[in-house]
Amino acid sequence: MTAPLLSVRDLHVTYRSEAGPVPAVRGVSFDLHPGETLGLAGESGCGKSTIAGALLKVLPPGTEVTGEVLLDGEDVLQMKPGRLRAVRWTEMSIVFQGALHALNPVQRVGNQIEEAIETHRTTPAATARVAELLELVGLPARRAGDYPHQLSGGQRQRVLIALALACNPRVLIADEPTTALDVMVQAQVLELLERLQRELALSMIFITHDLSTLSYVCRRTAVMYAGRIVEEGPAEEVFAHPRHPYASALAAAFPLIGDHSHRMNPSGLPGDPPDPRAIPSGCPFHLRCAVVQPECPELDVELWPAGDGRRAACIHVLAGAAP
Amino acid sequence: MSFGYFSRKVLAALATLAFVVCFNFFLFRVVESDPVASLFRGRNLTPAQRLELRQEFGLDGSKGEQFVRYLQQTAQLNLGRSYRSNQPVSSEIRERAWPTIALVGVSTLFSAIFGILIGIVAAWRRRTKADYGWTGFSMATYSMPDFWLGMLLLISFAVALGWFPVGGITDTGSDATGVAKLFDQAHHMFLPALTLTLAYLGEYALVMRSSLLDTMREDYLTLARAKGLRDVVVRNRHAVPNALLPVVTLIAINFGFVLSGAIAVETIFSWPGLGLLTYDALKGPDLPMLQGLFLVFSAAVIFFNLVADLLYGFLDPRVRTP
Repeated sequence: MTAPLLSVRDLHVTYRSEAGPVPAVRGVSFDLHPGETLGLAGESGCGKSTIAGALLKVLPPGTEVTGEVLLDGEDVLQMKPGRLRAVRWTEMSIVFQGALHALNPVQRVGNQIEEAIETHRTTPAATARVAELLELVGLPARRAGDYPHQLSGGQRQRVLIALALACNPRVLIADEPTTALDVMVQAQVLELLERLQRELALSMIFITHDLSTLSYVCRRTAVMYAGRIVEEGPAEEVFAHPRHPYASALAAAFPLIGDHSHRMNPSGLPGDPPDPRAIPSGCPFHLRCAVVQPECPELDVELWPAGDGRRAACIHVLAGAAP
Repeated sequence: MSFGYFSRKVLAALATLAFVVCFNFFLFRVVESDPVASLFRGRNLTPAQRLELRQEFGLDGSKGEQFVRYLQQTAQLNLGRSYRSNQPVSSEIRERAWPTIALVGVSTLFSAIFGILIGIVAAWRRRTKADYGWTGFSMATYSMPDFWLGMLLLISFAVALGWFPVGGITDTGSDATGVAKLFDQAHHMFLPALTLTLAYLGEYALVMRSSLLDTMREDYLTLARAKGLRDVVVRNRHAVPNALLPVVTLIAINFGFVLSGAIAVETIFSWPGLGLLTYDALKGPDLPMLQGLFLVFSAAVIFFNLVADLLYGFLDPRVRTP
């Protein structure tokens, strides 16, 4: 296998808050190879969006980030400010969630794309490039003159994708790009991202809470819980035959259309995601786990091999039995 | 800007002004007084003289007739005669308007500039000594009554230190012209302008600070940083312009209010503007003068509200598209 393009090693992110430190990411490692799409799934608050911010070092000031984010072997976290600004958007860019205020409401969308191009001077003909980008994501070029509020949710998401592609990045981080869009538009945006990834040979990190989306877009998937990866492996395998009880709960939360057993038994996961300030001891999932064992509250779980290039952080994997 | 937005706002302002004009008439007739009797107290007037005087002041006829006459004259910008000076109210107001506009203009300019700068520094360096210091300073000046602050400055810088004149707009008996006159007027304006600047600066600083702090939580700032922009560029191009929107509106609205709100400060510093004119008219009471001043002050508030609305529509594209 080729050397990874992006290699994250033992990443820890701790937010500062008035109530004390909040460890949002607690030791995450993964590799992203050229041309590959890696999925990152989990509930709200599991730390997946924090990882997106940490990769480009755009978390709020005062946030403590340790570990390594190696881009072609160079640690993003150790870069000097000038080098970091040069790397942002040209090497790695983020597709923000369009439902949020990710676009400046009082500036025309074309200008916001142009600003990225001009900052990095990737091409002298910025206006032409904006038109080209908008057409690439399926929007007419005249939309460049619109303000964000004049666009629909799906169109805003397309603008954000065009914006992320402005400086030909090698790594695209898609942070919940389909959340809060209606189902038809979700499908269109997913299709667009998947096509662009193929045509532009992008390496992509796709962050979502929807495991079924991942099996469509990604080859490999990591499932996060309480700031750690609890299962990783080929996307379809993880979705169809999860090894970690949390991954199976997450997979079951998205019923298969036409499957009667799902329809009669909509499954949810009891309890709430743990408070990052008070992570349960041992396996952090033991309080909500359906197959909890007596030793789980004390067991130091880590990602154990689970066969076929898969790994899972569960005692059942260690014991060699499927949960 | 769409014509609909513009015309809607202008029509609303005109309607408000029309209401104020009518309301003003009745407001000043609630005070049931006989100006002729009080002005010529102690003098023996024959009923004929009395009637003549009443006609001269426009106090003859029924309330209905008076109202129609009032509307006609107001439409011609004839605001009646002052009881005190017997001069036309409109020409006195016109004469006294310039000192007030100069004073309020200068103080609004400085309080806006320094208030906004302080707000930016405090928000951008939040939870640092600069933030605590400037926010504390703003709170302090914001909570000080302007007449109290004015007296304090007057006592210390004019009376005790003698650096500035105690009042007026020019030195008495001065026949300076040109630049020397301007300099003299600026010297006189310094303390009242400083008082008003300090009185309004705190509010602008606090509003700017909280508006910028709200803006700094927005995702488009994270995106701007992720694009590789320098922090200064993110601040000046994305954060500050958006945070300025509510502050600009507030300043425009305040400008209308300060025109009338300078009464206390103008009185303390004997600044010969509309505020002092109001204060003197209240002592009478010089009802035609007060009625005229009320109309001018209301019109100023309505006008600058309109300016604020139109400015907002110009600055924020979300407002002008319905």
